[in-house]
Formats: sequence, C-alpha cells, structure tokens
Amino acid sequence: MKLLDKALLMDGDAIRRAITRIAHEILEKNEGIEQLALVGIRRRGVPLAKRLQEKIQEIEGTTVPLGALDITLYRDDLTTLDVQPVIHKTEVPFSLHGKKVVLVDDVLYTGRTVRAALDALIDIGRPQVIQLAVLIDRGHRELPIRADYVGKNVPTSKREVISVRVMEVDGEDGASIQDMVD
Amino acid sequence: MAWQHKDLLGLRGLAKQEIELILDTAAPMKDIIGRDIKKVPTLRGKSIVCLFYEASTRTRTSFELAGKFMSADTVNIAAASSSVVKGESLIDTGKTLDAMGTDIIVIRHAASGAPHLLAKHVKARVVNAGDGAHEHPTQGLLDLYTIKERKGRLEGLTVTILGDVLHSRVARSNIWGLRTMGAEVRLCGPSTLLPPELAITGVKVFTRIEEALEGADVVNVLRLQLERQKKGLFPTIREYARQFGLNQERLKRCKSDVLVLHPGPMNRGVEIADDVADADFAAIEEQVTNGVAVRMAILYLMMGGSGSGAVH
Repeated sequence: MKLLDKALLMDGDAIRRAITRIAHEILEKNEGIEQLALVGIRRRGVPLAKRLQEKIQEIEGTTVPLGALDITLYRDDLTTLDVQPVIHKTEVPFSLHGKKVVLVDDVLYTGRTVRAALDALIDIGRPQVIQLAVLIDRGHRELPIRADYVGKNVPTSKREVISVRVMEVDGEDGASIQDMVD
Repeated sequence: MAWQHKDLLGLRGLAKQEIELILDTAAPMKDIIGRDIKKVPTLRGKSIVCLFYEASTRTRTSFELAGKFMSADTVNIAAASSSVVKGESLIDTGKTLDAMGTDIIVIRHAASGAPHLLAKHVKARVVNAGDGAHEHPTQGLLDLYTIKERKGRLEGLTVTILGDVLHSRVARSNIWGLRTMGAEVRLCGPSTLLPPELAITGVKVFTRIEEALEGADVVNVLRLQLERQKKGLFPTIREYARQFGLNQERLKRCKSDVLVLHPGPMNRGVEIADDVADADFAAIEEQVTNGVAVRMAILYLMMGGSGSGAVH
C-alpha cells in the first residue's frame, strides 16, 4: 500500500493560527484557566498540547499543567494488529482530581483513540470535566464522540489518509491529505 | 521491532534487541503498579494458567498480579492438588489446558527442560517460571531491569554472581542475559558449587570472594539452597557464611556505588548480612516490584500483535 500526496490542508502558519484560535476558545469556554489542564495523546497530540500551553501562557500570563498520555494499553484491537505497538510512558505529573482537562490530538477519525484516552484518563484520576481539542476532524466516527475544539474540518473518504506533521516529531509543520494506492 | 517467539523458555539465544524490547516495555508497566487503580484493559478476555510443580511465593504471585493488572483471567494450579497426583503426564495436563482455551501457560518445574517439552505439545504460549537448575528467564530479566534502572546501562558493567551457582537457574539466566547485553560476568563460590561448564561460556570464575568483588558494579547474591545441601558440597553453613557471606567489610572492595541484588528468599546471616540486605545500595524489594513490571511486559508482548503469526 502506497500513499500519494493529494493536497496540502494546512501549512505551518495555518497550524499556528488554528492553535491560537483554539487557545482563545478554551479560555472563553472555561472562563479562564482555573483548574484547567492540558493532556496530549501520544505522539503528535503532545507537541500540539505544548503549543496550546505556550499560547495560553502568552494570553493569560500563567502556565497551565501539561501531561502526556499513551493509550496503547487501552486499545481494543491489540491482539488483532499485525504489528505490535510500542508502549510509551504516560506522564501526568499532577492530580487530575477536579481538573478541567482538555485532551489534545492531531486527527479525530473513528473516535476509538479518544475512547481509549478517556478510559486511560479516568484510571489515573477523576477530572471535573474532559474536553477534546483536535487539529483536524476528518469524520467517519464509529463511536458517539465529538470534539469541543477543531482546527479544521476536513470531509474525507475512507481511502484517504490525513497526515499531520509537527516540527518536534517530523521536523516540519504541515497537514496534508493523501490517497491510498494499492 | 515486535516479539517473534511463541514462547519464552530462556534468555539463552535471545537477541540484544529482544531483551531491550522487554526492558523498554517494562518501564511504562511499572508506572501502572504505582497508580491507585492498578488495572489496564489490555488483556481482557485472555486466560493465563500458572502451573506450578514447585513451591513459590513471589514468582507465582508476581505472574498472577501481572495478569490481573492487565485484566487477564488468571488461574493457579499447584501440582499437589491437581491430577498430577493421579499420574497425569505433563503433556496431557498441557493438552487439557489447551482444550480449555488457555492463552498462556506459566510453568515451574523441578526438571530442567520441562517447559520446552510442554511448549512443543501445546498451542498455548509457554513461559518458563523456573526449570530445575536450568533457567529462570523472568528473574534474569527483572535483574537486568533493576540494574539498568539504577545504573542507567548494562553494557560495560562488572557483575559478580555470588554463591550456589551449581543449583541456581537464576545464575544461568543472568549469565546469558548479562553477556548478551555486554556486561562482564564473574562467578564466585566454593568450587564444589561452581559447575565447570560455566567457565567456558566466557565468564570469569573465582573461588576467593575478595578477588571476585574487586571493582564490581553489581553483586547478585544467590540463595544458598539449604534444601539441596545434603550431598556434603561444603562442610557447614557457618563455614560457608564465613567464607562467602556478603558483609559490609567485603563490599568495600566493590565500586563505591555498588548495587546489591538477591532473588530471594534470603537466608539472612548466611549468604547475606542483615545490614547489607537492608541498606540503600541493595535493591531487593525493588526487584520484586520490577518483577511484576517485567512480567506484565512479557505478557503484553506475547499476547499483543498475534496477527503477525508469531513463530517458535
């Protein structure tokens, strides 16, 4: 299976603007930063959450706590996968009790990753509320899950792939849509 | 890389990358043990049978908790209360467990090679939890994990394994694992408790403890297997303690940041002095915690990604 680039969805500037807007939306919806915390889903959700943290710091002058969640152990398809996923560390170095947690990921697709992340979070602590921020929502939900903050809605077909690249992981910022070719 | 074996029968023959994969997977597992809710749904619906033909507290409980923390269903079978007493063979017991849909059989047996025999005859994956005086791979792995956690590396370290090597499956798994990972291994004990074949595996053999400890980074003290000492392999326990017991004075020959390990259960005052066993530089309790993490990692690696058609 090969992937062929079809179109660029977001360049670095577009991602930066989307992060800025989401940061403002988070602050508006939660009426400030009290009890606010950000948790990125590994891998690319973590650098995006870090950028949201920096943007919120820029706007409010205060740093909100930041965590990283690995959801591998919570996946519901582990024993059917061909390739075993590598487990990374979950690092949530603050108590989730009573927090307004914003989960951050790059792409929202079937909703299974988010479901796993919700289970993982609730096993660590009991937040007051959990919200979801994603850079791109591509549709095709298999579970009743909806994002609270979306950088860009991109209607896709199931034969397409959304590729988000971030400087911290991939050495560049960008999001593109690709076609699967047999 | 992914785990490519059906079974885990020993550390001999495992590649460096495979050992690294297990140790790397164990690190996030240890975090789970430290949480209030020690449970993840990873192995929900999978069944693990601990088939123990020999007594055990920590290994059996460790495997059972590792399975439970990952939501597998675990069952313990002690040979004394099973059909073994009616004369059922190991292979037939294995086939019975297979027919019940068991995914993993964890076996401890007094006979070296018993897990290998079982693995050949069952569909279930088999984990060796100690076979005779052969191997105890999960103990070896938890020792490697503990050393790496404390020292930050395994390569280039000097590890002295001290005591009753002859009867020790822990020693053998340690030797294979440590050598694969690039550590220097020294063995030390009374010559009657040092099997001659181990000298040719590239380890250094000592009968004087002072020489064996000189500049060592890690000392792994083996349990003197008192139940097997009726063959007169050394004169008295008192003499053994005087000649080979690890105490503070002898430890001064090691590196100043020496790490002391012991697989337990300990004979305090025989192979290890009280004040050594309880010191900060000893990681004996931590080894037990790490044992659960390492076993969780192994269960995960053996059960995850089974679509790959894993091989023997």
